[in-house]
Amino acid sequence: MAKILTADDSASMRQMVSFTLKGAGYDVVEAVDGMDAFNKAEKEKADLVITDVNMPNLDGIGLVKKLRGLPTYKFTPILLLTTESGKEKKSEGRAAGATGWLVKPFNPDQLLATVKKVLG
Amino acid sequence: MSFDMEQFLETFYEESFEGLDIMETALLDLDVGATDSETVNTIFRSAHSIKGGGATFGLTDIAEFTHGLETLLDEMRDGRRAVTQEAVSLLLRSVDCIRDMLTAAKTKSDFNQDEVTLVDQAVKVMLGSEQNINEPESTITVSENTESEQKKNSGETGWLIHFRPHANLFHTGNDPVRMFRELEALGSLTVEADMSSLPAFVDLIPEDACMGWVITLLGDVTREDIDDVFAWVEDECDLTITSLNDGAVTAIEPVSESIVVEPEKGKIEVEAKPVVAIKSVPPPEEQRQGDDRRKINERRQTAKPTGESTSIRVGIDKVDALINMVGELVITQSMLNQLSKDFDMSRLSKLQEGVTLLERNTRELQENVMRIRMLPISFAFNRFPRMVHDLSQKLDKKIELKLLGEQTELDKTVMEKIGDPLVHLVRNSLDHGLETPDVRQQAGKSETGTLQLNAFHQGGNIVIEISDDGAGLNKERILNKAKEKGLVGVDEVLSDDKIHELIFRPGFSTAEVVSDVSGRGVGMDVVKRNIKDLSGTIEVASEEGVGSKFTIRLPLTLAILDGQLVKVGEETYIIPLVSIVESLQMKKEHINIIAGKSEVYKMREDYLPIVRLHGLFDHEKDESILDNALLVVVEGEGQRVGLVVDDLLGQQQVVIKSLESNYRKVDGVSGATILGDGTVALILDIAGLIVCAERVNYGQSESVDKNYIGMG
Repeated sequence: MAKILTADDSASMRQMVSFTLKGAGYDVVEAVDGMDAFNKAEKEKADLVITDVNMPNLDGIGLVKKLRGLPTYKFTPILLLTTESGKEKKSEGRAAGATGWLVKPFNPDQLLATVKKVLG
Repeated sequence: MSFDMEQFLETFYEESFEGLDIMETALLDLDVGATDSETVNTIFRSAHSIKGGGATFGLTDIAEFTHGLETLLDEMRDGRRAVTQEAVSLLLRSVDCIRDMLTAAKTKSDFNQDEVTLVDQAVKVMLGSEQNINEPESTITVSENTESEQKKNSGETGWLIHFRPHANLFHTGNDPVRMFRELEALGSLTVEADMSSLPAFVDLIPEDACMGWVITLLGDVTREDIDDVFAWVEDECDLTITSLNDGAVTAIEPVSESIVVEPEKGKIEVEAKPVVAIKSVPPPEEQRQGDDRRKINERRQTAKPTGESTSIRVGIDKVDALINMVGELVITQSMLNQLSKDFDMSRLSKLQEGVTLLERNTRELQENVMRIRMLPISFAFNRFPRMVHDLSQKLDKKIELKLLGEQTELDKTVMEKIGDPLVHLVRNSLDHGLETPDVRQQAGKSETGTLQLNAFHQGGNIVIEISDDGAGLNKERILNKAKEKGLVGVDEVLSDDKIHELIFRPGFSTAEVVSDVSGRGVGMDVVKRNIKDLSGTIEVASEEGVGSKFTIRLPLTLAILDGQLVKVGEETYIIPLVSIVESLQMKKEHINIIAGKSEVYKMREDYLPIVRLHGLFDHEKDESILDNALLVVVEGEGQRVGLVVDDLLGQQQVVIKSLESNYRKVDGVSGATILGDGTVALILDIAGLIVCAERVNYGQSESVDKNYIGMG
């Protein structure tokens, strides 16, 4: 089953995302911020990365940039979880190399639908 | 798949309360005028998480309220808005509102709607636009708009899509195959490859996208559905979407940003044939959201506030230590097991060794389990920066707060109960102790007063000191007031310490003006009683013009007590070690009988009332001779008595079991424990015991009650 690396500094969001994805049979690796995710990324070789945007240490945009610098993650789908509906953040995310986004608030069904969309 | 969001709420509450504390601390650290972007960013992130979580877990009111706050902070973060005192105050008030709303949601009770509305309006005024005021509304109603919009834009027969990705498409992790897959799910799909731009083989860069596609999608598909599919790549491709209905080319422009998003969605104008008869059935999702909201409302109305189920966060190191210890315990157990299989006296020393080891393991395990409940006192201290900030503004005083020993650990239950007394003491210091800047200057002190909270461990206790360099206690005023109230005889001469102790008497308040900060009659007596309930003590030391220091001593935990085991008749009783002053063997010549009934013992300069536990607890024994009998001198509520016991046994830590919940309240007994041999021993409540003894001696309960209150 596909492995998903998820980064969020909010424990409840992390818990919800992780619970949902695990329930659907995915392998889930949790990270508490962008830096943590980046440190875990190389070893875990995730098939999909789902990251929050606003995080301490390294934010979601920064994480995308750093991950795209790794050969392993050159083409890996990376989704941003964002509450910013403004154009700015999204184009910033896309410019950094993010695949797409999921707008908060989302429910578990929407999350799963998006993941399935990306992973097929 | 259905999900119960409730299961994540506990975590959400916990992290949100933490987030609010972080916000508060950071807001207080924020220098007005200066732009400390990292601090603002920290505040922003907390607000952002609360908003996101609130929206996700169905707490819409919290999410909406926090939204304005977030916008404000976002502007501050970007330097678009100055950090003013006004803004900081408003943000602090907002923090209080969110805390109130969260607490209400958690305990299923009501929050202060007026204050929330007021602060919400103030935030919107500060943001300064009508649009902002309306925004939260629109987030709720979008789904309906979208629904009808979607129906209107239905393509009915199909769409022709020209899709040519830019070279860098793969570098964003996107794949045209995904889009085909999604389109296929919408209707009948035909994809033709457009190889016209394919470079010569030698020029081919495998990582770049270089093909285009002509896609025909047949079926009742809405324009929005198609836009959704391409939303992520709109900047990385050339896209033309044509309705097969009328052949009109619609929107070659990149798909509007807000396609997958919320409010503006309804505004997109697409030229397509309107469809008649729109049945306004809310989408399942909308319906569910509505249901959820209703459910929450119902719950809030019907559910009674329940006892707070609290959780505790434990450091992994503490858990590891426990696991390690249990491991050792298992080893010791198996060693003893082995030993018991074929035991003979030659192996006695081995057995003793094993038992010693078991004892050590058990003690360590106990200490470590207790440590799980321990939290740093910063949990109780962290409310004070805010309080001091607010109150010093209100009182026009300059006050610096120093917190020391914040990492000192304390049992969670004790922590929860010490909060209010601490608040009271700090308020008192701010209100009565510390002076205004001009008064301080006249007294030759610096304008800024210092209030210090200090915590440290001492023996098995935690000591909390609240000290200030303010005016100190006014002895004369206290004494006059006490005489006025009849607490002290008119001609009585008291030592300084005795005078200071008077402030702990009930109904004693020297403040001439009753302010709304402190001094509403609920006085230091309540503080003292609360601390006493925790088996703690409070002392005050003060010097006029120099300052005051309150010292609180508390046991580290309420679950375990250091006790002195004593024998009375056939029974064993436990006296809390903290209440024992000393133990002695009585001499006949020091025993006196006053009023023909009460016995007192002359110890140095004092006369101690003698309490015969035999008589009090109805043990049959001839107790006429007190000579040479053992007397344990104990202190409770500032009063000393001597307890007559038959024997002093050992001292040991005992686990306190409630007598009240298992049997009923018994005067003079605070609880019970189970001893090593399995027998039950009662733990004496010294203060209660003194009252009992007085009742027996005077035989009239009225005077006892008066005395009891008088002692507080």
